[in-house]
Amino acid sequence: MTTTTVPARTARRRRAGGAGSLSGPTALGLGVAVLWFSLLVLVPLGLVVTTALSDGLADFWETITSPQTLSAVELTVVQAVLVTLLNVVMGTVIAWVLVRDRFPGKAVLDVVIDIPFALPTIVAGLVLLALYGPQSPIGVNVANTRASVFLALAFVTLPFVVRTVQPVLEELEADVEEAAASLGAGRLTTFRRIILPSLVPSIAAGAALSFARGISEYGSLVLLSGNLPNRTEVVSVRVLTYIENGDPASAAAAATLMLVVALAVIVALDVIQRRVARRG
Amino acid sequence: MASARLREPTPVRWGLRLLAVVYVFLLVLWPVSLVVKYTFADGLTALSTALTDPDVTHALRLTAVVALSAVVINLVFGVWISILLVRYEFPGKRALSALVDLPLSVSPVVVGLALVLAYNPRTGLFGTHLDAAGIQVIFATPGMVLATAFVALPLVIREVVPVLAEIGDEQEQASRSLGANAVQTFRRITLPSIKWAVVYGVVLSLARSLGEFGAVKVVSGNIVRQTQTATLVVESKYQGFDQDTAYATAFLLAAASVICIVVVSLLRPKEQS
Repeated sequence: MTTTTVPARTARRRRAGGAGSLSGPTALGLGVAVLWFSLLVLVPLGLVVTTALSDGLADFWETITSPQTLSAVELTVVQAVLVTLLNVVMGTVIAWVLVRDRFPGKAVLDVVIDIPFALPTIVAGLVLLALYGPQSPIGVNVANTRASVFLALAFVTLPFVVRTVQPVLEELEADVEEAAASLGAGRLTTFRRIILPSLVPSIAAGAALSFARGISEYGSLVLLSGNLPNRTEVVSVRVLTYIENGDPASAAAAATLMLVVALAVIVALDVIQRRVARRG
Repeated sequence: MASARLREPTPVRWGLRLLAVVYVFLLVLWPVSLVVKYTFADGLTALSTALTDPDVTHALRLTAVVALSAVVINLVFGVWISILLVRYEFPGKRALSALVDLPLSVSPVVVGLALVLAYNPRTGLFGTHLDAAGIQVIFATPGMVLATAFVALPLVIREVVPVLAEIGDEQEQASRSLGANAVQTFRRITLPSIKWAVVYGVVLSLARSLGEFGAVKVVSGNIVRQTQTATLVVESKYQGFDQDTAYATAFLLAAASVICIVVVSLLRPKEQS
């Protein structure tokens, strides 16, 4: 934390204009901002990791390999991966339709995509329960099953791939596609060879966000999944149970595991994205 | 798109359109519309019952206070950090730029746990000192504001940074060379050009803050008529078999968030023209 606090004298000048240099008051302002960020985010998250390891590595390992935690991790990761794959396909299709198609009501579809992002997660769980719960008007009841976890994650992660792919698709120039078509390529070939490669980085970025959100989801599952130990309990719920049982060290251990997985995925996909971007 | 060659054959186009519309309808639109239907099944009865329930009214007031405080904090912090990240060079800038996005990928429950570990009055790193000074954070409003500010932190920054980067700093430099001080330059030059980005960021933060659930649940203690916010009321009323009130409160929250995103989508095109 102290490494990011910047004394004015070490600040470098950016350009000859001097607009980029840190003068006294600005350096103080940077210090205040970094201090606030540390008090709010960095130190508390750091404490999660140190608390997890406070009873030694053996206890940490024992917590995250206990059958109930392992089963929660398995459920969470498997469902998050499945939902991310679904989003890669459906998100790309929806983005395609929003950019390339024209039909009445398209503007409404565009706004509806953002609802899962803005809707409170507990309300998301409640609305899904209304259509896919015990009182379902269409007779589909997934409440308290693993399918309910999949459903809730699909709801809350819907906007990510759509919103990362959409702007890239809008920017694509039509002339390359025209050239491919004039050289005899069919639409499918053009899509596979011309369009898809330029979308891959944005799809990967959306997938990373979708997966990270998926494994950390809590609110929408509370009412929907029933939180049955070993069956429909996700890692976030496991962490909360540890907290409510007055066992912060175990809660912190499971939380640390989640932090590490989320961080690893984001870094991995960032690397893939850079590689693809460089090649393209 | 311009030439007919670049259009999909009609069946493919219709197939994709149908797939997208049906998927979004089944996943989002139909479930959300059911909440409206259930809320108004008996006319305005459910809504007026909920709005006369002191548990609900207290929770709504608390939610407003917590969400507005968090939005104001994130507005000031977000605009300031964005300016620092775009206009200034300093060691650790890349790390800071990456770290401000971190709250988006952290589970709300973990956010709550982290704040409890730092601010609880008995063992917390800061909590013990604050408690000695008579300030209660956990199980009180300040903790709930911290939790809400944490989860909504990147939203203003993500809107403002790209706009600041795009407009460049020629006008700001010109303003300064003509003798304007930093505050005048910010108010007359920088602020007008990032105005809309700030508005989107604030509206998105507001939607996120009104709806925060997991992190607030952990730090608030969920005490009825004391630290229970609107989202926590939805959960406890639903589990207490008071479904009408749960749906009515959920409807109010959903309406607020839908209004927020409609406002954003109406504002966006205006900026481009």
